[in-house]
Amino acid sequence: MAPARVMVVWCPDWPAVAGAAAAGSAAQAPVAVVAANRVVACSAAARAQGVRCGQRRREAQGRCPELAVLADDPDRDARLFEPVVTAVEALAPGVEVVRPGLVAVPARGPTRYFGGEPTVVERIVDMVATQAGVQCQIGIADGLFAATLAAQRGLLVPPDGSAGFLAMLGIAELHQPAVTGVDRSAAGRAGVDRAGAGRAALVDLLHRLGLRTLGAFAALPVDDVASRFGLDGVRAHRLARGLDERPPARRDPPVDLTVTRRFDPPLGRVDAAAFASREPAEQLHTALAARGLACVRLGIGSCTGAGEELHRVWRCAEPLTASGIADRVRWQLDGWLTSRGSRPSAGITLLRLVPEEVVDGQALQRGLWGESGEDDERAGRALVRVQGMLGPEAVLIGVLGGGRDPTDRVHLVPWGDDPTPARDANPPWPGRLPAPSPSRVPARPLPAEVFDDAGRAVGVSGRGSLTGVPYRIAVDGNPPRRVLSWAGPWPVEERWWEPGGGRRCARLQAVLDAEPLAVLLVCETGRWWVEGIYE
Amino acid sequence: MAGGDIASLLQRIPVVPASTLGERLDVPGGRPPFPVVAPLASLLPGGGLRRGSVVAVHGSMALLLALLSAATARGVWAAVVGVGDLGVLAATEAGVVVQRLVLVPRPGSDPAPVAAALLDGVGLVALAGAERMSPGAQRSLAARARQRGSVLLPLGRWPGAEVELDCHVEAWDGAEAGYGWLRSREVVVRAAGRGAAVRPRIARLLLPGPGGPVAEALADLAPSPRAVGETRAVGETRAVG
Repeated sequence: MAPARVMVVWCPDWPAVAGAAAAGSAAQAPVAVVAANRVVACSAAARAQGVRCGQRRREAQGRCPELAVLADDPDRDARLFEPVVTAVEALAPGVEVVRPGLVAVPARGPTRYFGGEPTVVERIVDMVATQAGVQCQIGIADGLFAATLAAQRGLLVPPDGSAGFLAMLGIAELHQPAVTGVDRSAAGRAGVDRAGAGRAALVDLLHRLGLRTLGAFAALPVDDVASRFGLDGVRAHRLARGLDERPPARRDPPVDLTVTRRFDPPLGRVDAAAFASREPAEQLHTALAARGLACVRLGIGSCTGAGEELHRVWRCAEPLTASGIADRVRWQLDGWLTSRGSRPSAGITLLRLVPEEVVDGQALQRGLWGESGEDDERAGRALVRVQGMLGPEAVLIGVLGGGRDPTDRVHLVPWGDDPTPARDANPPWPGRLPAPSPSRVPARPLPAEVFDDAGRAVGVSGRGSLTGVPYRIAVDGNPPRRVLSWAGPWPVEERWWEPGGGRRCARLQAVLDAEPLAVLLVCETGRWWVEGIYE
Repeated sequence: MAGGDIASLLQRIPVVPASTLGERLDVPGGRPPFPVVAPLASLLPGGGLRRGSVVAVHGSMALLLALLSAATARGVWAAVVGVGDLGVLAATEAGVVVQRLVLVPRPGSDPAPVAAALLDGVGLVALAGAERMSPGAQRSLAARARQRGSVLLPLGRWPGAEVELDCHVEAWDGAEAGYGWLRSREVVVRAAGRGAAVRPRIARLLLPGPGGPVAEALADLAPSPRAVGETRAVGETRAVG
């Protein structure tokens, strides 16, 4: 596969430019940056006077007596380069800093946006010149290596023309410290660098073998290159063929994407809130989308005129679209302004949208096999609407897990949350009641009393049997009802091995008279409770 | 034109009987009703829960779960509003897909706005506490259901419901003086209502049947359910080991 189209912004002689800027000397003055007594970078004025990279300091000063010699300082280079990166990023997102002085950007997006590569190049050169005050050159080609070489020549290589462009260049171009990732300063300080030295030796060897151009090297079969020149040879060969060692990785800007809006006069009415929520939602979505992100957890915060702080986080199963964000903001404001219990005492003066959790924008795509059907989407909107009215924890979904009684086996989670059961359903749960289960499970068990035919209370003995025959049962303080039939008791001992954590109880099913009503009773520490009603 | 000509012309026109016309109009946009499990289909006009209708359910949570089961299995969403103690496990056993069963146990003092919001997107909305709502709120909810093609299932009386399902418990089977366990419950469900449902229909069902799902009760198995209950009550003096 051909590598992606890459635009490289190159600031020539960057260490010298940055050093001159930091030292306050004029850009036209001859400047050389020296590391370990060797010139590693020089300005154009110095070069015109015969200063070259790799010269000794004394020799450079001999050629150009007014040369300003500066110490090498990679931190300074990086620090001063940041405005350049920001300027490029303002027009083309996804900037990768290859090294101070060289920036790579995927070219496709900005090219389509601005309508043509020459236009983008012109705008970025202008932007960097005005915002950072630096001259730069831009090259566009397929792949970082070709684009870097194009930038050094200020060329726009046509699509699929990288191989042809590279074929004409000399073999020495393979030794590109910037592209092969060799740290210039480290190499300078240590005197030798293995990878850099290896690549330099390879270039020297290829030259002596008579391969004078990249095209001649690229024409060699790749397996022959691999068997003779090893891994580095294969990498160099890939570069010479116009392929990429690796695609440029995106740099996500560490900016705060929170959108804040102030309202003056404060919002007190729902329709005003609905109108006001649209624009910040759009802005947040645009800001996220420009970075290839989409929001799955949205924090909505607001302040009222009376100083109350409201905040609620919306979690969504699917990444939010612009209208999805707007809907949630509107619903939330609607919920705050119209809720009866906790209505704010003054109008809303400030709205804050915080993307609490983001995913890659591609997650916005629909499932291929209709997993996210229209019905699900409609239901999701309605449920989110209700969550806005009552709060996220008011809309629940049951999740089935492991356990023995109907309360244990069901776990209710707010809609949109991760539906993971509290306990695994797979291991055997001895003592589990057989189906059917009670159709009503009171959130709090109802107290009950069980009597035998003589009116004596019936309990469960230590051996798990009843102390009498159930004849009447009173539920929740109501008058006792006759027992038509009953089954049980089923003693259960749970977690008896835990000190103080065990549970000992016995369950009993009973059908009560009048219209037959079946209840599930549980006896625990001598008291009876109704745990379920078969209605 | 002679009379015979008119008669022959009329024969060529596809004549639609008025009785079938009503059923066609029952289907907004030509969408079929939400499916129900086979034992309940005979109770409902059209054999399912007609979209846009109100079906009141009395006296049995298991009946509601049975009504929801087939539709949720076919991808329809269901919501239960105002029921704080619904047995989700019983719902699973009845055949309800609980991933599409939404519970709103505490809708606040007025459940009408919540139910209205749910009717917008959820196909089946069961609502408890509907008797306390004003007639105006009830009418607007019914109108919302009709407009959206959803089904409102009030748990309790609902004036003007298309179908009212009344569940009367006959007997429980399975438990006997300490032995066995509750296996199935025999009920008689009466359906009455307006329009196509004006003729009362009665079904004898096992609700829940063995294992949970609703099943048809065979009449000859329980000739007199009341008597069965009595004999069990009498025979309970047996001691348990």
